[in-house]
Amino acid sequence: MIIAIASGKGGTGKTTVAVNLALAWGAPVWLLDCDVEEPNAHLFLRADSAQQEIITVPVPQVDMARCDACGECSRFCVYHAIVAPGTKPLVFRELCHSCGGCARVCPRGAITEVARRIGVIETSEVEGVTLVGGHLDVGVAMSPPLIRAVKARIPHDGVALLDAPPGTSCPVITAIRGADAVVLVTEPTPFGLHDLTLAVQMVGALGLPMGVVVNRVGIGDNRVHAFCAAHHIPVLQEIPDDRRIAEAYSQGIPIVEALPEYRALFRQLAESVTALCAARRFVTQGDGHEHRGGGETELRPLNPATGASTTEGANANVRV
Amino acid sequence: MKLAITTSGETVDAALDSRFGRAPKFLIYDVESGAFTLLDNAQNLQAAQGAGVQAAEHVARAGVDAVITGHCGPKAFRVLSAVGIKVYTTDLPTVAAALAAFKAGSLSQAEGADVEGHW
Repeated sequence: MIIAIASGKGGTGKTTVAVNLALAWGAPVWLLDCDVEEPNAHLFLRADSAQQEIITVPVPQVDMARCDACGECSRFCVYHAIVAPGTKPLVFRELCHSCGGCARVCPRGAITEVARRIGVIETSEVEGVTLVGGHLDVGVAMSPPLIRAVKARIPHDGVALLDAPPGTSCPVITAIRGADAVVLVTEPTPFGLHDLTLAVQMVGALGLPMGVVVNRVGIGDNRVHAFCAAHHIPVLQEIPDDRRIAEAYSQGIPIVEALPEYRALFRQLAESVTALCAARRFVTQGDGHEHRGGGETELRPLNPATGASTTEGANANVRV
Repeated sequence: MKLAITTSGETVDAALDSRFGRAPKFLIYDVESGAFTLLDNAQNLQAAQGAGVQAAEHVARAGVDAVITGHCGPKAFRVLSAVGIKVYTTDLPTVAAALAAFKAGSLSQAEGADVEGHW
């Protein structure tokens, strides 16, 4: 069971929900920090030691003695990562998407692929939680390859919670694709609602079931709740605007440890998201194929059980 | 000798665009005849990455000997250097003023990129 915790707006409490949900799960669970540009789950789940793995991507290296400056590699590369303006090629490794095409099209076999480091993955164990965190190196512009490497550590059985990056762009889609359900964390403010609307469209386009956690209930207004009701999106849990939560957060202490009275709230959330995943499995098995509608650009009422609209189509608008 | 001057307009009186990779157009100017053509760079305005590299390939294919612009980033400079295109940077306001300064020999040649990528 893979549950992604995402949000449109940043700073709504994705990591807070992910960490506390993991600690309150009641069984061994994996927490994958896919916010590799600024991972922070490890600040709340502090381990004495972590195992480190260096993650690399393949990039081209040109043997200039073999190269005859034919320019085939440059004509192939739509990302301009290998450029031969009438000369032997120049390689811009940071623009490379690691497709390997340049090495294949080179008629002289002058291009080989070499490893370029993009970051590290740290794995640690804290209180029944296996934390896997991707840490992108400073200066690396593309995070999806590292997010995919983090996700490759998801065990076949068991429960994995994915702490996604904020927003609705490629890194988020890379993180949540393949999840059994998506938990969207928002706050009851106009900003929260605006970005929640975008996130709901994104998750709908991927055809994933979703539910909302409203954090800091008590501030703002009731428009997030009205939106969820209008679009048949279940509100899975509400976390009150409690100053003590902010104080614990500022010291890197999970809510369920600092304020044990909140453990029941996260236990309930664990049950709600499990039910959300189960509903999807039932539908998937029930009619023999997965509902993967998508490509839609306008918001329409979604089936709360599957998150899919009734429109079938390719995910043409979602490029990762 | 052919020059590529970055611009947002269509004549020598138009403003000089201070960006290289994301300039809307290049005015390709023949110093001997005074004739010029325009090279569209609109595709690169939208590029998320690699605009400088692509713009440099673009002007290289146009066969220019030098580029006159406001600023030049590191990737574009590397491509231009590889093909022997000189880079002159200036804060003069128009294409005509830059051309006059070039002809008078008062533009200085850049020895490297003067800005970071995506400045």
